[in-house]
Amino acid sequence: MLLIRCPYCEQELPEIEFRNAGEAHIARPTHIADETDDDFEKYFFIRTNPKGIIYERWRHVHGCARFFNAVRDTVTDRFLLTYKAGEPKPKRLPGVGK
Amino acid sequence: MAKSEKASKAPRSASRIDRPQEGEGGAHGLRRTLTLAGRRKKTSRVTIEAAGPASRISLRAPAESLAALSRALGVKLPEQPMGSAFGKSGDFAGTKGTGKGGGRAALWLGPDEWLVIDTEGGDPIADCRKAKVLHSAVDISHRQVAIDVSGAGAADVLSAGCPRDLSLAVFPVGAAARTVMGKIEIVLLRTAEDAFRVECWRSFSDYAFTFLAEAARDVP
Repeated sequence: MLLIRCPYCEQELPEIEFRNAGEAHIARPTHIADETDDDFEKYFFIRTNPKGIIYERWRHVHGCARFFNAVRDTVTDRFLLTYKAGEPKPKRLPGVGK
Repeated sequence: MAKSEKASKAPRSASRIDRPQEGEGGAHGLRRTLTLAGRRKKTSRVTIEAAGPASRISLRAPAESLAALSRALGVKLPEQPMGSAFGKSGDFAGTKGTGKGGGRAALWLGPDEWLVIDTEGGDPIADCRKAKVLHSAVDISHRQVAIDVSGAGAADVLSAGCPRDLSLAVFPVGAAARTVMGKIEIVLLRTAEDAFRVECWRSFSDYAFTFLAEAARDVP
């Protein structure tokens, strides 16, 4: 079983307490009604879906119930880092070159 | 918010716990019973039994409100993950013999969320109302049912369905957490080295008890 570190519980906990909540760091437009259809499509539907490192929202739904962000490698399924919601996107990732 | 004017004017019984009593029948001969009343499973290493009735509240509050709420409730609300705290008076169910008093327990569930359990007939909602600070307290006394699991094999039985590490080093006495057991969500509190209190939603209580009883067959 995968262990995921919850930044609020400050502990590595079993994956079945968690739920994925989609890609992270997608800012909702301030005036969403003024968006063009193309911009809205980009905001609402288009995701990066990378092979490799992805920034995701996760929720510790069967624990502290908090949303947080995680950096995960989609190839190895390894969690590189988790951090609290609202914190900036980390520039340096542990175990990743450059 | 719990501070409803109408609610505070309504007559309020001394205890929010409905204790089913012998012979209490009402006009239609109906009697309230607890969901798991009388259910008990005992093996040589573990005892599983339904806990008595309790008042429970779900409390949400920002950090600034904690001091006032702790004073009003008589329990210092824990701020550490997996933390729990007990009141001074009475004896919280399941903690007998541990030296920890308090008919009331406050369990940390999240950074601004607590489960307050009162097993001695207190009224934590009324106590919260005394604290004139921002908070949300919801009475969930009847939403949940508790099961006491005790004995040398208690952790082994729970581990049949709970993915958490229940060793004393990681989940010490007094540790509390919302987690899962089998296919349901529970709140787990370690009341002693070999005793746990499992809080589950009422409609899942039969599943929870049966699951634990079945698991106990493998922990003779």
